[in-house]
Amino acid sequence: MTILAKFSPLRENYERLRSFGHDPFSVRFERILSPTEGLLNGRRTILLGTNNYLGLTFDESAIAAGVEALTQQGTGTTGSRIANGSYAGHGDLEKALADFYGRQHCMVFTTGYQANLGMISTLVGKDDILLIDSDSHASIYDAAKMGTAQVVRFRHNDPDDLYKRLRRLSDHPGNKLVVVEGIYSMLGDAAPIKEFAQVKRETGAFLLVDEAHSMGVLGPTGRGQAEADGVEADVDFIVGTFSKSLGAVGGFCVSDLPDFDILRVACRPYMFTASLPPSVIATTLQSLKRLQQEPDLRHRLMGNAERLYKGLMDLGFSVGPQPNPIVSVILPSKEVAIAFWNALLDAGLYLNLALPPATPNSMALLRTSVSAAHTTEQIDQALDLFAQVGQQLGVLPAKEFVQAAAE
Amino acid sequence: MNAEIDEIVTEIIHALGPSLQAPVTITPDTSITRDLGLDSLAVMDFVMVLEDKFDVSIPLERIAEVETVGDLALTIQELRGRA
Ligand SMILES: Cc1ncc(COP(=O)(O)O)c(C=O)c1O
Repeated sequence: MTILAKFSPLRENYERLRSFGHDPFSVRFERILSPTEGLLNGRRTILLGTNNYLGLTFDESAIAAGVEALTQQGTGTTGSRIANGSYAGHGDLEKALADFYGRQHCMVFTTGYQANLGMISTLVGKDDILLIDSDSHASIYDAAKMGTAQVVRFRHNDPDDLYKRLRRLSDHPGNKLVVVEGIYSMLGDAAPIKEFAQVKRETGAFLLVDEAHSMGVLGPTGRGQAEADGVEADVDFIVGTFSKSLGAVGGFCVSDLPDFDILRVACRPYMFTASLPPSVIATTLQSLKRLQQEPDLRHRLMGNAERLYKGLMDLGFSVGPQPNPIVSVILPSKEVAIAFWNALLDAGLYLNLALPPATPNSMALLRTSVSAAHTTEQIDQALDLFAQVGQQLGVLPAKEFVQAAAE
Repeated sequence: MNAEIDEIVTEIIHALGPSLQAPVTITPDTSITRDLGLDSLAVMDFVMVLEDKFDVSIPLERIAEVETVGDLALTIQELRGRA
């Protein structure tokens, strides 16, 4: 028996998925033309599933900063910061992020995944308790698995349920850490952080918010959902990523906790991996400046998000609970979702196919993410394609039928 | 098996109802994943229901050690006793 035999059920599922047409897990763009367009099988394709919220991947000033760092400091750091030392840029970016969030401390990680993995698994020890939302991202689940703390799940976005679970643990002497996300990546629903903050205050727990999808998106200055809810003071740790609104790769955590820096020699996913290359640090630093200087990017993003959300709803699709830059269409079955996704791709629209077990409540989703860089025409074109394919596949009533009903 | 365990097993079987694909006979020896076909997410969701039913906290790492319905009942009995 081969060592990979255990994956045969997974292989069968995957083969079946591929047999419907394109392989959703290995779409290969020949060229990326802009933040919102790529060349796929020779065809210009609208990118509506890239998390490129502010469209900064082709920002000229960020590219120039990256090129300069690349030329002057080379392609990589070739090691971790504890072994090879830090470059000036690592510290500059940490300072810029701490300033942006109005916090004293910041640690930069090589990916957002590692930021969650490292922070969460290290903050709670074997005598502590970690409380996570049931719809948490894989990086949070993996952190829970890697750490030594007791792990308790609470119902998705349900502060009362969290309170009940914390109350059961009230005799437990350990520290409690609650982890929530600003915007959830599958349905685009935001967390009620104000209510979570109240539970945290009442129970004496610590609160960590992953603003991966909400940084640069929500809040008066783009700091995320905790800022939007006006409860940043109650959030002990904010984690974020550079891979979405900042258009690069990497992650971070900011905090005001005294002694925060001890984590630099305690947190293994920080210590035992190579640090980000200077060019990535430079583009991220510049994109963070753009995020701060141009609130208009955020307004354009929200305008596009609302247009797409409302458009899909008006067409008769079932969408997530609120208009945010992640807009998901909930389809009746996996088979319909796969057929829909393939038809859209053939028609020149790229988005994400999200299937169970990666989705909440085993839903079959077409997940889109909107960018400030999308034009109104692109959003409307996407809506037209959704309407056409929806009618072809019988997800929406046929056109004649709709007209007849309207008469 | 004592009366408390029997009672917990009965509650577990009751709580399992909504997660089952097809009607099956469940005994304390039934394996939760192998015999009932629950994936890890379904197990975690089902445990949340039990936590509320018994008003106990069942940490995820305790679930990893559980194989059968009987194991789960023993775990719940122990956690309840501790409260
Ligand atoms: C909620 C959430 N947290 C963390 C991450 C990890 O970020 P990254 O992809 O930058 O490693 C992601 C995205 O993958 C995410 O959706």
